[in-house]
Amino acid sequence: MDSMAPFSDPVLSQQSAEAVIQLAKQYIQMHGRKPVFMEVCGSHTMALAKTGVKTRLKEYVQLIAGPGCPVCVTDQRTIDSMISLSNGRGIILCTFGDMMRVPGSRHSLLEAKTKGKDIRVVYSPLDSIRIAEQNPDKEIIFLGIGFETTIPLLAAAIKEAEQRGLTNFSIWMTTKLVEPVLRVLLDAGEIHLDGFLLPGHVSVVLGKESYSFLTEEYRMPGVISGFEPVQLLSSIYKLLQLCIENKAKIINDYPYAVSESGNGAAKSLMKKYLKPGDEDWRGIGTIPNSGLVLKDNYQDFDAKKKFKITIASPRKTKCRCGEVIRGLTVPEECILFNKACTPANPIGPCMVSAEGTCAAHYHYMREE
Amino acid sequence: MCVGVPSKVIKLEENRALVNVMGSKIYVGILFVPEVKINDYVLIHAGQAMTIINEEFARESIEEWRRIIDGQHGTLF
Ligand code: SF4
Ligand code: SF4
Repeated sequence: MDSMAPFSDPVLSQQSAEAVIQLAKQYIQMHGRKPVFMEVCGSHTMALAKTGVKTRLKEYVQLIAGPGCPVCVTDQRTIDSMISLSNGRGIILCTFGDMMRVPGSRHSLLEAKTKGKDIRVVYSPLDSIRIAEQNPDKEIIFLGIGFETTIPLLAAAIKEAEQRGLTNFSIWMTTKLVEPVLRVLLDAGEIHLDGFLLPGHVSVVLGKESYSFLTEEYRMPGVISGFEPVQLLSSIYKLLQLCIENKAKIINDYPYAVSESGNGAAKSLMKKYLKPGDEDWRGIGTIPNSGLVLKDNYQDFDAKKKFKITIASPRKTKCRCGEVIRGLTVPEECILFNKACTPANPIGPCMVSAEGTCAAHYHYMREE
Repeated sequence: MCVGVPSKVIKLEENRALVNVMGSKIYVGILFVPEVKINDYVLIHAGQAMTIINEEFARESIEEWRRIIDGQHGTLF
């Protein structure tokens, strides 16, 4: 697309990086330290590492990866439950590809599949509806993980299943919402932050207005950003400007995709089928009302109600994903990083997910 | 997980659209963008178009950024 191409133009990126560095120097002079920004979204973490932006800015801006990758924040018990679902008779488990290699306490979905369980990677939750129609004698369960970007798609699948009168389809919901986890991070005060690089895709659904709690309650600035190098640098630049001027404002730096109030159709679909529910976050614990679950009148589509799963407490590993997700540590400080834990043999989900912080550091930021 | 890929709409049907994603043609749902038109660019996530990209805004953003740079470093382009 013509108008998008310049966002990854190398010359423009170089010059953008220079502009950011100049402004960051000004901030450092004013405050005697680097500004600290958190990128909430896993796709941003990956893009910042992959494009070299993070390394380029290292001396001037501290970028901390936040809890924005749905695979990484999925609690170990939940992963174990999802894997044990595949043990049931006559069950076809459908999932996004990202989940396949996430290690459970004993094995991953991929290993379960090689042992003969019927586990299928689908591109869209709607694909699993088709599978349900083609297999009326089987129970089809979709593993519904994701943030606000993905949740509308889960609601759409329920709508479709309802319209087609399917009785052999359900979703194992384990969805996450951005606002509650940001509140927990800010309330805990474990890390000092000067601003947020806000997730572009989540904001497509939520809209700019959903972040007003950051400025009103926490006086925290934020910039909604796209994913190409120039877009990321532009957003960091604007965040720096807000910090230098001491303005707690939200800027929409992705206005060609994100609107003020988000996607109304997606929001109303979520509202129709889902209600807030408690969710367990890896390394953080249970956060009240931090996810969406199926409303009572759609319980027939709720795999948690349909299939009772009890699992033992997960085995402890030395994986520090919990701290990585909360921004308290960097992957290099985990003793397993690049030793026992690599993308080929991941110990924790931060190394599995394409958007995981440990994977981003492994692929793009290791000093050989 | 939520990779949004910009794609051009080339054909519209009742509740889906044929789009061109980096050269390959696929059908996506248009439940969330009922107002979509042929030749629009949309961001795709897991088989659904999630939003229509406003090309004019996109172009403006890049221009604005060029101006910031020009202001800092003289005329480099
Ligand atoms: S796009 Fe959404 S779900 Fe994907 S990593 Fe970013 S915030 Fe998380
Ligand atoms: S390097 Fe591996 S074990 Fe360590 S925190 Fe990351 S994912 Fe967990």
